[in-house]
Amino acid sequence: MTTDSTPHAPIASIEQRLDAIQTVLQGQGMQPAEFIETFDELAHEHWVPSNGAGLVARAWTDPAFKQLLLSNGMAAIRDAGLTMPPHHRHFVVLENTDDIHNVICCTLCSCTAFTIIGLPPDWYKDLAYRSRVVREARTVLRDMGLDLPAQTQIRVWDTTADTRYMVMPQRPAGTNGLSVDQLAALVSKDALIGVARI
Amino acid sequence: MDGMHDLGGKQGFGKVLHSRDAAVFHADWEVRANALYSLAVKCGVFNMDEYRHAIERMTPQHYLSASYYERSLTSLATLCVEKGLVTREELEQLAGGAYPLAMPSAPGRGNHAKRTGFVPGDLVRVRDEHVVGHVRMPGYIRGKHGVVISQSPVYPFPDAHGHGIHADDEPTYDVRFEATHLWPQGAEDAQVHVAVFESYLELNA
Repeated sequence: MTTDSTPHAPIASIEQRLDAIQTVLQGQGMQPAEFIETFDELAHEHWVPSNGAGLVARAWTDPAFKQLLLSNGMAAIRDAGLTMPPHHRHFVVLENTDDIHNVICCTLCSCTAFTIIGLPPDWYKDLAYRSRVVREARTVLRDMGLDLPAQTQIRVWDTTADTRYMVMPQRPAGTNGLSVDQLAALVSKDALIGVARI
Repeated sequence: MDGMHDLGGKQGFGKVLHSRDAAVFHADWEVRANALYSLAVKCGVFNMDEYRHAIERMTPQHYLSASYYERSLTSLATLCVEKGLVTREELEQLAGGAYPLAMPSAPGRGNHAKRTGFVPGDLVRVRDEHVVGHVRMPGYIRGKHGVVISQSPVYPFPDAHGHGIHADDEPTYDVRFEATHLWPQGAEDAQVHVAVFESYLELNA
């Protein structure tokens, strides 16, 4: 399969390979078991799309915050008490309008603003989405349930550097009486990636 | 490198297997794989560019047949061997079987000698270069022209950083390309935005 030193030996199972590397990190004093617990909690409890949904809902109801979110995403994140990892130095929020629809991807791997919109879903990391969305965006979106009007301009954002993106969907009609929390509950992870409208 | 990972615009893949509220993890070992490479980055064993490049160096057969988190694990194990934390033989002994790793790395490179800045509105062209090491220029923009929309803060230059060698940090430019220019007669109409490192760009003559 690759540059095996022992090409005829059966390949160890994925769990065996993981156990082996965990043993190595343990031997280096990195305390992997403890970090796995920490990571599990971060991934499931803290890096959740409701972070991004909250930013969007606040922007819908607070023009000054919307201005900040669109012009200086990192400052808006700090203002909201959220964080990004140190290597993410730039957060760009892409506003959908009647005429423009934004959608994000990573053709080279799986980069996302994961602390803000959650770790990427499996389809985002799959070969089909990564290969096709830059070249056949309209068809890919239609296949995923988003049939955009022919006159809507599609902008695809390929996350090739450590700049991170989030789509700001349009506020749905008929939501004037809703609170910020109620508005945030309308904003899905798919909408923050740009494969759904709300 | 022109690796298997560089998927943008490749044809022949079927429908996106999309589901609402799709899962991030499907098994505990996937959480562990993600956690362990994150821990290695946190502890300074390697950086994210080295991590990405070790995935890119997997053979195409392995890359395409491995799940996402098997790629993570393969990169982590490859870098632990290359950085001297463990030998491949020790890893295989610990795992009780063969342990597929990524292929060796080609040399990295520094910033482009004629690197120059750009301003929004500049018509730019992506240099027609074939880089043997790590590069964050998707192949589909090579040699193509687009318009600079904005500039990012500076980042470590991936072509050097992915090989653990020093280079100046540089900004990326948000460059807007037309899909119908990237794939003439072979794309649907859309604007494709790519964050392109300064070294990859020149003014369009």
